[in-house]
Amino acid sequence: MIEFSAVYKRYPGGYEALKNVSFTVQTGELVFLTGHSGAGKSTLLKLIPVIERANSGSVIINGQNVAALRANAIPFLRRNIGQIFQDQKLLYDRSVFDNVMLPLNVTGVHPRDAARRARAALDKVGLLPREKANPIALSGGEQQRLAIARAIVNRPSILIADEPTANLDAGYAAEIIDLFAAFNQVGVTALIATHDQTAVARAAAKVKARTVELKAGELVA
Amino acid sequence: MTAWLRLHWMAFALTLSKLSRTPFATLLNVLVIGIALALPAGAYALLVDLRAAASNISGDPELSVFMALDASKQEVAAIDARLRAQAQVSRVEFKPRDVALEELKRNPALGDVIAALNQNPLPDAYTVRLGQNDGDALEKLAAEIRTWPKVEHVQVDSAWVRRIAAALAIGRMAVLLLAGLLSFALLAVTFNTIRLQILTQRDEIEVSKLLGATNGTIRRPFYYYGVVLGLLGGGAAGLIVFAALQFMNTGVAEFARLYASNFRLEFLPAGDLAAILVFAAALGWLGAWLSVTRHLREFEPR
Repeated sequence: MIEFSAVYKRYPGGYEALKNVSFTVQTGELVFLTGHSGAGKSTLLKLIPVIERANSGSVIINGQNVAALRANAIPFLRRNIGQIFQDQKLLYDRSVFDNVMLPLNVTGVHPRDAARRARAALDKVGLLPREKANPIALSGGEQQRLAIARAIVNRPSILIADEPTANLDAGYAAEIIDLFAAFNQVGVTALIATHDQTAVARAAAKVKARTVELKAGELVA
Repeated sequence: MTAWLRLHWMAFALTLSKLSRTPFATLLNVLVIGIALALPAGAYALLVDLRAAASNISGDPELSVFMALDASKQEVAAIDARLRAQAQVSRVEFKPRDVALEELKRNPALGDVIAALNQNPLPDAYTVRLGQNDGDALEKLAAEIRTWPKVEHVQVDSAWVRRIAAALAIGRMAVLLLAGLLSFALLAVTFNTIRLQILTQRDEIEVSKLLGATNGTIRRPFYYYGVVLGLLGGGAAGLIVFAALQFMNTGVAEFARLYASNFRLEFLPAGDLAAILVFAAALGWLGAWLSVTRHLREFEPR
């Protein structure tokens, strides 16, 4: 469960990215966060794994107020949240397989288990045949699927994605949305920031999906 | 627990692969650290050898008592009795002036000169040995003997040994100073090497942190790197010192032969060598710690 109450985020220089944001995503829900560029979608998502901290208000993830989380507890929070970043943050100095291994390596999972789980995750997004390739050799859609495989390899209960269909043509975007719908069907809570209304409509046609809209840092719906 | 051990093992394996992936850079770093450590370590090895040599020569403290040339047989014998009466004296050896002259005559280089003399220029002499090695007692005894009748000169033979000891103490201070200064070189090398690594691994560090790596997991490989680099540098220093001493020994052997001695430069004792390795590893760790603490701060959330 994700619960924002009266959250404010101000950047140095006085710019207010979020103003009095309150909303709840129930466990197992699929929620789209919409709004124009600069409305505060990315900022809101970054507060969940504490990439940034709220100035006031509380952000409660699975019963824990992460806005006040001790720095040394943040890594353990992040292991339970699958993150898909706007700029993907793939590592191009290693193979597709090793990219998916990274979250398991940093937590000390046994290499044999880790390899099995990494292949399972790659299989889920249909990239298993490309495991030895370098991410740079993948198409845009494949790179996004790789980012998703890395996000789910730790079997997180919460998935957050920032513009996962941006810069993808309609076919690839549809694949990605179908993946999120599939994860949601097996019980994963998902919060997806997007301004792509076609994507929202496609997901809503498959599973129960809700939309919250940000406008200039404030929640409008 | 097993996950924790595995993370350590992975950090160590990563360090070895990092070192072997850039063999030339690794070699240069190891050499810089090795040379920086070899200077004080080599100077220290020389000091240890010199001290051993000095203590071999000194033996028991000795006094040489030279009688006046006009001392009569009775006066000389009186001194003999007084010397033996001293509590701390363990042995008294008398060398009459005639015997001393005979010995000199036997020297082929001096024989002719001695024969040309019309009187014996040598005095009767006593060599006095003390039981315990106490410099102050020796000086006090020498001062007392100087006041006795017909004693011309008293020479404290341990004086030059004490001077060497004082000189060696200065040498030790110089070695410590050198070690202190060059330790900063080692620190600087590890600090900078790890700074460069952090810069080239920015993406990996950032992504790892986002995916839930603890600070410990991020820092660990750099600590291992610093320690391994320090150990390799310490080992290189040991090799350099060993090779240098072997090289110098070819010259030292010739020098010692001229003095009819078996003296040669010995390599550092195992304990000292281990201490150098531990010291180098600790400095490597410290350099890594400073660098990591300074450069990983920017990855923290705001």
